[in-house]
Amino acid sequence: MAKTHVTTTINGDETEFLCETEQTLLDVLRDELHMTGTKEGCGTGDCGACSVTMDGRLICSCLVLGVETHGHKIETIEGMADGDALHPLQRNFIDMAALQCGICTPGVLVAAKNLLEKNPDPSETEVRFWLAGNLCRCTGYDKIIRAVMETAAEMRGA
Amino acid sequence: MADIQYQAPEDLAAASALLAGAGGKARILAGGTDLLVQMKFDVVEPTLLIDIKNIAETRTIAEEDGGFRVGAAVPGAELGEDAALAAAWPGVVEAAELIGSTQVQGRASLGGNLCNASPAADSVPAMIAAGAVARVIGPDGQRDVAVEDIATGPGKTSLASGEIVASIFLPKRPANSGDAYLRFIPRTEMDIAVVGVGISLSLDGDGVCTAARVGLGAVAPTALLVDAAADALIGSKLDEAAMDNLAAAVSAACSPIDDKRGTVEFRTDIAGVLARRVASIAFTRAGK
Ligand SMILES: Cc1cc2nc3c(=O)[nH]c(=O)nc-3n(C[C@H](O)[C@H](O)[C@H](O)COP(=O)(O)OP(=O)(O)OC[C@H]3O[C@@H](n4cnc5c(N)ncnc54)[C@H](O)[C@@H]3O)c2cc1C
Ligand code: FES
Ligand code: FES
Repeated sequence: MAKTHVTTTINGDETEFLCETEQTLLDVLRDELHMTGTKEGCGTGDCGACSVTMDGRLICSCLVLGVETHGHKIETIEGMADGDALHPLQRNFIDMAALQCGICTPGVLVAAKNLLEKNPDPSETEVRFWLAGNLCRCTGYDKIIRAVMETAAEMRGA
Repeated sequence: MADIQYQAPEDLAAASALLAGAGGKARILAGGTDLLVQMKFDVVEPTLLIDIKNIAETRTIAEEDGGFRVGAAVPGAELGEDAALAAAWPGVVEAAELIGSTQVQGRASLGGNLCNASPAADSVPAMIAAGAVARVIGPDGQRDVAVEDIATGPGKTSLASGEIVASIFLPKRPANSGDAYLRFIPRTEMDIAVVGVGISLSLDGDGVCTAARVGLGAVAPTALLVDAAADALIGSKLDEAAMDNLAAAVSAACSPIDDKRGTVEFRTDIAGVLARRVASIAFTRAGK
């Protein structure tokens, strides 16, 4: 089967891989590159568990083909903490119990980080709409929203 | 599993030649938010994907003759970030921004929304109201097609073999013009329209409506341009009588399906109610 050779930058590192056309970026991350932080929920763009950014734009990695990422920059949950130092969002999610089972959490964190980069001072409504594509079966969302609002305030102060 | 080829040509002629050469086995790949889901469920089984996102014309928004030429593959998120476009055509932009979540917005395009030919595609009634024209490139050259003439039925288009929508032109609008789009969905986000209404109108110095276009989605096999609804507005100041006529004309144009998301009666009635709201938003915007 013809595989395509793809060169991308993932979390700042130039990364090469071979993939078949039908393999999504999510498949490539998890199955070829063994970066399993990005989760698969639905595989059809509905749940947001697979959220990553491509050239700074939030996307579902289940709705992008591996071959489409050639020459582009991908950021995943694995790039969020700085070594052992958690990103403020990660720290607040733990401190404020914004996760239970954790399957949605990488996607929520990537999405929330992307929001705060674009809008450091979002309203609660803006946070809720931004994260509307990130489904969570456990928390009931309120703790997620509060942790994002708290982090935004903290990062503005810092 | 069949071996699927992938090509990402850098010009439209090459993309069109690939598409024509594949004899119906190829698919254009824009944002992929419809196509990849359909492939996952084997609704479509192409042997060649032609990614058009490396083609400059499909990826740029340019001012042209006082209007805007929007590349067919520009994602919704970029439309909203273009301040001049959002100021000129707020209804088209708000319709495009209703498509899916933030993540889907990062990919989903006007060209894909149009060519997927879902009757419920949100941007299509707004583009119809705007008088948008699709620029189609094919083996025989280029032609300009009114947006309402692209879809011919659910999942079916008038595009011939090898034809690609390269861009969508939103014309220059007269002073005192405004447009708006609203849809009715059972939830507040992430849902498929039960009814969608787009209206664009122009006023004279006295606030009398001189021109209008009404686009209606999700209530027939394709999105519709409803001339009778526009006629109800033209010549009026959108008084109660004109609004009643508008709602009646919109409801009369509906031939919806019955499903768990809305009965025929509900869809028909709500279409008229939405049309009133959309007309008054467009009217307020035109007066600014
Ligand atoms: C979670 C989710 C939520 C969604 N919510 C909505 C919603 O609220 N409202 C709505 O209207 N839609 C919604 N959609 C559907 C979809 O996102 C839109 O229809 C989107 O605009 C499709 O654009 P695309 O660029 O992703 O198209 P693609 O998937 O790339 O293409 C769609 C079809 O059009 C063809 N095509 C694409 N571009 C061209 C072109 N330039 N010339 C010729 N043919 C072309 C493709 O071959 C394919 O058949 C949703 C999808 C998902 C996954
Ligand atoms: S796995 Fe991608 S959105 Fe659910
Ligand atoms: S913590 Fe379980 S799905 Fe969100």
